[in-house]
Amino acid sequence: MIDKGDTAWVMVCSALVLMMTIPGLALFYGGMVRQKNVLATLLQSLAVLCVVSIQWVLFGYSLAFGPDKGLGIIGGLDWIGLRGVGPAPYAGYAATIPHTVFMLFQMMFAAITPALIAGAFAERMKFSAFLLFSLLWAVLVYDPLAHWVWSEGGFLHKLGALDFAGGTVVHLSSGTSALVCALVIGRRKGYPRTPMLPHNLPMTIMGAGLLWFGWFGFNAGSALEASGIAANAFLTTNTAAASAAMGWMLIEWKLRGKPTALGTASGAVAGLVAITPACGYVGPMAAILIGFAAGILCFGGCHLKTKFGYDDALDVVGVHGLGGTFGAIATGLFAWKAINAGGGDGLFHGNAAQLGTQAIAVVATIALSAPLTYGILKLVDATVGLRASEEDEVNGLDLSQHSENAYQSGSSMGEHRVAMVSEAKAVEPVLTSEAIAR
Amino acid sequence: MKKIEAIVRPSRVDEVKEALASVGASGMTVTEVKGFGRQKGHKELYRGAEYVVDFVPKARIEVVLTDEMVPQAVEAIVRAARTGKVGDGKIFVTPVEEAVRVRTGERGDVAL
Repeated sequence: MIDKGDTAWVMVCSALVLMMTIPGLALFYGGMVRQKNVLATLLQSLAVLCVVSIQWVLFGYSLAFGPDKGLGIIGGLDWIGLRGVGPAPYAGYAATIPHTVFMLFQMMFAAITPALIAGAFAERMKFSAFLLFSLLWAVLVYDPLAHWVWSEGGFLHKLGALDFAGGTVVHLSSGTSALVCALVIGRRKGYPRTPMLPHNLPMTIMGAGLLWFGWFGFNAGSALEASGIAANAFLTTNTAAASAAMGWMLIEWKLRGKPTALGTASGAVAGLVAITPACGYVGPMAAILIGFAAGILCFGGCHLKTKFGYDDALDVVGVHGLGGTFGAIATGLFAWKAINAGGGDGLFHGNAAQLGTQAIAVVATIALSAPLTYGILKLVDATVGLRASEEDEVNGLDLSQHSENAYQSGSSMGEHRVAMVSEAKAVEPVLTSEAIAR
Repeated sequence: MKKIEAIVRPSRVDEVKEALASVGASGMTVTEVKGFGRQKGHKELYRGAEYVVDFVPKARIEVVLTDEMVPQAVEAIVRAARTGKVGDGKIFVTPVEEAVRVRTGERGDVAL
C-alpha cells in the first residue's frame, strides 16, 4: 500500500543523496587538490555518478537487491534492466513506497561510494583508468556488499548486523579500498617532500556544508518512511556532525595551537560517517559521544599516512575508513531497542553479542573490499594503465587529461596567450590585415 | 635618473604610496611578489599537518625618479614602510639610462 508521504520523502532524499556526490563531494575534494587538478577531481565525481547510474539500471540493482541465489552472496539477474521493478511496492524492502523509488534511493548510494574512493588516488590517476576502475568496483565490490548487508537474502543481514544507512557498505568499503588504492598506485610525484596544499578551502567548506545537508537524505531517508525513526536519524545525524566538528576543532587547537576551518569541516564529515550505521538505532546522547570520539579519532587517523608513508591524498582512509569502522563498532555499543524496536540492543543495553556481530560485518567488509580492489587495480593497470605519465602529472590532470584550465588569468595579458587553434583556421580570412583594412 | 625598487610589507603599501607622492613621485608600479630574506616563512596547518611556507607575500614598488629626488624618496619609503620587526623589506637603487613617454615620444627627465 503506497503512502504518499513516505514516497515523497524518499524521493526527496534520493535527490539529496545525489547532491552529496555532485556538487557536495566534488567541491569538498575539488578544493583540497592543487589548482592544476581541480577540474579532473570535480569531473571524477560527476563521471562516476553517470557510470554507476547506468550500471545500476542495467544490472547493478539486480545484482545487489535481486532475489538471492543461495548463500546470501549475490542477487541474480532476475531484475535485469529493472524488469519487474515498477510502481508497485516491494514489501521485502519498503512496503509503502514504489519499488522504483527504493531502487532510485539505493542508486544514489551506489554512486557516491566509488566517488569517495577517488580522494585516495587524487591528482595522479588517468581518467580512462578511473572510469574503468569505478565501473568494475561498483559491479564487483559494491553490488555484492550491498547485497550482503541490505538485501533480504544477504548473509550479514540475516546475521543481524546493524547498518542503518551504510557505514559498512559505503564508508568502510570505500575507506578500505582507498587504502589499497593509495598503496598500489603509489605516491604523487614529490610527496611528501613537496607540500601539496589545498588550492581553494572555501570550495571545500561549501562542499562539506552540502554533504552535511545531503546527509539528512542519506541517513533519515534510510528509514524509507517519513516516520519517528527518520526523525531520530535526522536528529542523531546533526548532533553527531556538530559534536565531531567540535571534537576535531578542539583537539587540533590543543595539539597544534590553532582551530582550523578545514579541520572543523573534516570533523563534521567524520561525525557524519561515524553516525551513519548508528543513526536509526541510537539516541541523541549517544550521538554526541559517537560524534566527539569520531572527530578526535579521525584527526589522529589523518596522521597515519605520514607515519606509514602512503599517500592517501584527501584522507579517505583517515576519515571514511576509520570513521566507518568506528561507527559500525559504536552501533554495537549504543544501539537501543527503545529508540528503534526494529533494531537491536548494543553492549551498553545488555547485548554484548551485537558487538561481535558488528565486528563480523567489519571484517567481512574489509575481506571483500581489499582483495577485490587490489585485483581490479592490477587489471586496470594491465589494460589501460593506472597512472598518468610523470609529465602529465606534473602538468596537472586538468590539462593533460581534459585539455582544460579551471581558472583563466584575470589579467588582460592572459588573453593574448590563448590562440584559438581549431577555430583560427575557419576564420582565418577575416583576421588578415587586408580584411581588417577593408 | 634612477630606479628605486622597494620590497615592502603588503600592509604598508598605501603608506609608501602616499609618502612617495608627497615627495613628488608622479607614478609607480606595484607588483605582488613572494620571497624570503631574514624573515623566515610562516606555518600553515592542514588537517593537523604543519607546513612551513618559505615564501612570504611582499609588495614590490618600482618608481623611476630624477637623481636629486632619490635621497628624499628613499627616506620617505623607509619611514613609511618601517615597523621595526624582521621582514620590513629592502630598497634597491639602480641607474636608469633612458625613459620615454610612449604617447609623446618625450625623453629623459621630462618623460617621468
